[in-house]
Amino acid sequence: MKHLRELLFPLIAVSAAFLVGGVIVLLIGDDPIETYRLLIGSALSWPDGIGYTLFYATPLIFTGLAVTVAFRCGLLNIGAEGQLYVAAFATAWVGITFAQLPAWVLIPLACLTAVMSGAAWGALPGVLKARFGSHEVINTIMLNFVAVALASYFTQYHYKNEGDAIMQTKMIGLIDTAQGLRGENAHVPRIGQLVGWFPERIPLNISFFLALLACALVYVFLWRTKWGYEIRATGANPTAAEYGGISTRKQIVLAMSVSGALAGMVAINEVLGYRYRYYDGFSVGYGFTGIAVALLGRNHPVGVLLAALLFGALIRGGLFVDIFTDRVSKDLVLVLQAVVILFVAAEALFRDSLGRFGLLKRSKV
Amino acid sequence: MTEIFTLSIVLSTIRLATPLLLAALGGLYSERAGVINIALEGLMLAGAFTAAAVTYYTQSPWVGLLAAVVAGAAVAGVHAVACIQFKADQVVSGTAINILFLGVPALLSGALFSSTGATPQIPKENLIPWTPIVIAVALVPLTWYVLNRTPFGLRLRAVGENPEAADAAGVGVARIRYAAVLLSGALAAIGGAYLSIGQASLFTRNMTAGRGFIALAALIFGKWRPVQTMLACLLFGFAEAMSIQMQGVAKIPVQFIQIIPYVLTIVVLAGFIGASRAPRALGLPYQKER
Repeated sequence: MKHLRELLFPLIAVSAAFLVGGVIVLLIGDDPIETYRLLIGSALSWPDGIGYTLFYATPLIFTGLAVTVAFRCGLLNIGAEGQLYVAAFATAWVGITFAQLPAWVLIPLACLTAVMSGAAWGALPGVLKARFGSHEVINTIMLNFVAVALASYFTQYHYKNEGDAIMQTKMIGLIDTAQGLRGENAHVPRIGQLVGWFPERIPLNISFFLALLACALVYVFLWRTKWGYEIRATGANPTAAEYGGISTRKQIVLAMSVSGALAGMVAINEVLGYRYRYYDGFSVGYGFTGIAVALLGRNHPVGVLLAALLFGALIRGGLFVDIFTDRVSKDLVLVLQAVVILFVAAEALFRDSLGRFGLLKRSKV
Repeated sequence: MTEIFTLSIVLSTIRLATPLLLAALGGLYSERAGVINIALEGLMLAGAFTAAAVTYYTQSPWVGLLAAVVAGAAVAGVHAVACIQFKADQVVSGTAINILFLGVPALLSGALFSSTGATPQIPKENLIPWTPIVIAVALVPLTWYVLNRTPFGLRLRAVGENPEAADAAGVGVARIRYAAVLLSGALAAIGGAYLSIGQASLFTRNMTAGRGFIALAALIFGKWRPVQTMLACLLFGFAEAMSIQMQGVAKIPVQFIQIIPYVLTIVVLAGFIGASRAPRALGLPYQKER
């Protein structure tokens, strides 16, 4: 019954969100069935649909895990967006500055930079909360604006190619070779470069497998280590945790650092595996979607993985809806996300109505 | 330096503080009744978009403003039902509303005006550059009076501090909270409407740019009291006015000037939160005993 319930409510929430989305599409004056057919069809075609769905799911797994770790400590990290921007710029900076290093040094160094810079930016609101008690939600939002502005400043004034009209940095890992300028030194291989039967144009890269590994590691961290136990204890009942000898302030900083580190790993997919540079405004709200991913995934790594795949498919499909329907834009995906969060948060809605029809034992409260 | 402190900066401060003040006063009602309203940002966006779209169609900013108020209250109603009836996590529900109104205006704007970025321009004679300022200023003493001198205000504060006691005294906790949250939606929406049909002449994507959160910070800084909250809003308005003023004068990259209000918010929260005490039942759903 417990496992059934774990699956049942997210499924109901998603179905209800699609229903609401369908009504909105209808009101706007388009055909909901056709819109959803387009959305799902374009996300599941082989190889492009699947490839891009997995590619978009990769950052969402990272941000979903980031929100999960914070949430388990009783914190809502709305700052994954800022954390991944800081990390992406820092990663590109390492890729540009240390381009001469051999690949086996440069790539791990760049990955480490992604993790550490994300962790640092995430730790900031953690420290502010632990030290001053200021609310992490407001601080993370404010730091998002600061992060985007700082990355944009450095790009515009210091790391752009002369005369480039696009707000993006130089390419990473560029070195002079006998064959001209080459940058592969700093690239994480794409799936298409590893296996012959997958097209190389699809940017899906081994970061996806790193994301799967991160799911496993987060599970171990939260449920099999002392740190994870203390984080969860803090989240479940801070007063009891304090009485149990746990420093909740330390846990807040630790959880926010780990959360930021996970969000920072988005940079590995984006900078080292896809664009090979920092591109201003690259994130299509990965940080915010991470909240929906975590909540729908019930703040568990397995759930996060499944939810990230769903929302990855929605991002991919949303692009097609944008182009091929008359009136619906890709913003439909944002609406679906928001409604999913709302329904997951107001789970009592389903619990009560299922209970009323005798389908579920009514809760005592 | 003296030239910066001219009448123009004073006026600019008032203009920029107005949307913050309206949203913050909205948040005040909700939070004093015990419901966290992190959805102010989304409620402002809902108001801003509705005001711009309705004013464009009806050519009357008054109808636009009224529609914004109705829309704000309706959206706040969703937050209220989720938080009060279904006891959802109030921060999570608020975040959902914020994401929802990143999407809904763009979706509707794309369908109505074939542009997800912005609504069409509204002619100058259909804008209301002053009325919202008057409303905001008038609301400060009014809110003080309502909170401290009326039965509704007394009940509202009781519900936010000690819902069990309020309930025992025969106050309908849920009803008061619903009223407070709906009111907060209406006020935040006026703040949003001021952005689109007062300061600007159209709605642009995400035009609030975090003002709902800054308003929330002002509310905390102002210790959940109307007059202090107004002063906090004026401080943030002043910071923004200065940053706009500096863009023309100082040779500082625009990005550093843009982040001033955000950094100020962080500093203010860190420096002054210890001195302010939240309503005791803030964030806690109330379960009536059976």
